[in-house]
Amino acid sequence: MDEKLKVNDKDIVCPGEVLADGMDYLPGQGMYRLGNHIIASRLGLIKIEGKVIKIIPLSGKYLPKRGDVIIGKVRDVNFSGWSVETNSAYPAMLSMKDATSDFIRRGADLTRYFDIGDYLVTKIINVTSQNLIDLTMKGPGLRKLEGGRMMRVAPSKVPRIIGKQGSMVSMIKKATNCNIIVGQNGVVWIKGLNPEDELITVETINKIEANSHISGLTERIKEFLESKGRHAVIEVISETQESQYPQDNQDQQGDNDVI
Amino acid sequence: MSKETRDHIINYLKNNLRYDGRNNLQYREVTVETNVVKTAEGSARVKLGDTELIAGVKFEVGKPYPDIPEEGTIMVNAELLPMSNPEFESGPPQIQAIELARVVDRGIRESKAIDTKKLCIKAGEQVWTVIIDLIPLNDAGNLFDAAALAAMAALKSAHFPALEGQKIDYKKPTKQKLPLVAEPISVTVLKIGSYFVVDPLLQEEEILDARLTVATLDDGTICALQKGGKLPLSIEEIEQMIDIATDKAKELRKHLR
Amino acid sequence: MAQAHRLQKVIMMSYKKRIDGRKFDELREIEAKVGVIKNADGSAYFRIGKTIAYAAVYGPRDLFPKFLQDPEKGLLRTNYNMMPFSGSGERVKPGPSRRSREISYVTEKALSPVVNLEDFPNSVVDVFIELTQTDAGSRCAGICAASMALADAGIIMKDLVAAVSVGSVDGQIVLDLDYDEEAYDKGDVADIPLAMIPSTGQFSLLQMDGKISKENLMKALEMGKKALPKIIEIQRNALKKKFEVMQNE
Repeated sequence: MDEKLKVNDKDIVCPGEVLADGMDYLPGQGMYRLGNHIIASRLGLIKIEGKVIKIIPLSGKYLPKRGDVIIGKVRDVNFSGWSVETNSAYPAMLSMKDATSDFIRRGADLTRYFDIGDYLVTKIINVTSQNLIDLTMKGPGLRKLEGGRMMRVAPSKVPRIIGKQGSMVSMIKKATNCNIIVGQNGVVWIKGLNPEDELITVETINKIEANSHISGLTERIKEFLESKGRHAVIEVISETQESQYPQDNQDQQGDNDVI
Repeated sequence: MSKETRDHIINYLKNNLRYDGRNNLQYREVTVETNVVKTAEGSARVKLGDTELIAGVKFEVGKPYPDIPEEGTIMVNAELLPMSNPEFESGPPQIQAIELARVVDRGIRESKAIDTKKLCIKAGEQVWTVIIDLIPLNDAGNLFDAAALAAMAALKSAHFPALEGQKIDYKKPTKQKLPLVAEPISVTVLKIGSYFVVDPLLQEEEILDARLTVATLDDGTICALQKGGKLPLSIEEIEQMIDIATDKAKELRKHLR
Repeated sequence: MAQAHRLQKVIMMSYKKRIDGRKFDELREIEAKVGVIKNADGSAYFRIGKTIAYAAVYGPRDLFPKFLQDPEKGLLRTNYNMMPFSGSGERVKPGPSRRSREISYVTEKALSPVVNLEDFPNSVVDVFIELTQTDAGSRCAGICAASMALADAGIIMKDLVAAVSVGSVDGQIVLDLDYDEEAYDKGDVADIPLAMIPSTGQFSLLQMDGKISKENLMKALEMGKKALPKIIEIQRNALKKKFEVMQNE
């Protein structure tokens, strides 16, 4: 065992705790070097990948990343675009030119496109050095959401809720007949044919959030859905199958890869 | 809130369901704990689901009001701490806090729950003042009912401190309890669309058309009413809401035992 | 002259036993919990003896009024408040007092050295500290709770911050004074709230009420420095406990 490394995989660390000594290890986000030590600067779960130490945040606001598909809420409209709430620490803007492939005339009433309070499935095109987020609505699957209900989950649980190549969320959708979109920022949109179906979906997602650390979770969730009288099937999605979910283009979590 | 979200919530209510799976006339889990604050002469912590609020009772002595020289006084105050809800601002009490305090006050005062004559120490010269402070820790909806229940529970558990001449020795609680003769229970009923709902969540409070807070005694006597919300209520609706409140009060009252 | 000196020695050190029976360097019982206020981004509960503090953190979030915004760094805004029924005797009139405003100010100074304000320019991290019950040491309990709440909220911090009071009662150096000791009227008392950043051992809060010799002051600070790691340990455990279910399997 390497004595330079002071923590193990899956340890929970607090700010100020020493993670490693010396120069052998590379500090990831959420840590800093002080003298000979690598020290944690946030609360989180340790993941060791070779010589890289990572801290997976367990709490806190969403950390925006380019390419993430999120669900944002329109907060304000001005003459050049929309200000959007993203459940992160930073302000996000959707400018006119990125809103739609239609041509929007200068001075047009932008609320006709998106109004205050609207929920949007939107993609992050850039996070500037000033921590400003640029959004776009141009792309497959990006749109304004109509109806349905929102729920919030911890951003760190999103991969588990989506599952490997969307397998978890796909199973829930088919079992409950609900439309579900999981934003990387922890905002989840659910729209079903009736309230009972939506409530089961909410309960299922809460269960995943509470049990994200357990392996074999997909099987457990399948059993849960069946206990509610829903027919659930775990699909094995082959690698070559093109995923219809924009979020599948990111790192997902399968059953063996637990948080 | 968008019209669509409101319609979505109303569709649930149509099916006698809420966003957290409850029925329209169902309360969340209620817990009442007394004597939670050792520096208060009486206290209670109430939880309605995730809503959590502490009520504290403090005693003071002073001169009575000149028009009621043989009666002590009651004062109810509410502080809507920014800690409990990101929508609350720091600063002097806003109208929400004032309304909350006054509605709880009315339930206690008008029911004569505390026999204020028994708060008299020396007529015309010295009387007790009972001050109830209502402080939410987390607002997840329905502070009205949580506050009223906590106030009652705190009063029930309160003991007079020792009085030495003109000065109170707060370090010496006596065994003497507050003279309570009634136990008003407050229930707030909301009208959303054409549906009635109790124990609202925050989103439900945001879209309410009207609300009626009803304080009742255990024999069904009504001792306080407060209507809120933008839309008016018909007589039939008021009667229905009072009936719902009286019925629900029975459940809440059990937590005062 | 020598006799006066001897007399003085007899008068000092007459606080032989603490009012509550604790050892001179013993902390009161501590209880710490994290995630106690659901609406907040981060929150904590910290009880030391009979002093109970809640802390809730909201942020980073938009800062209004706009003129307070700084494109280079964020604002750490701390608000300390005592609930009306939390005082040791009379009711505390609600609203900010000069005392609570000063405590808010020094609390912010105690916490800001560990927070990277450059991480959230133009934004604010609001820290609300509320005392439900006090028996001395309230600003220290508030700092302990606030530090856990900041970590719970995922704020990037160099370290946690722990705080406790040290001091002397009638010449005897003590740790974690309670109200009765602060109010001790049979001899000189010094009440010294202290906050420390564990990784550097430096103090970010130091105040004093009372009278003390320089020698005793240095001894008191050493006593504090020795005790604070115990509090950090409790804070760390409380933070980990919230997520400890992750560690099974």
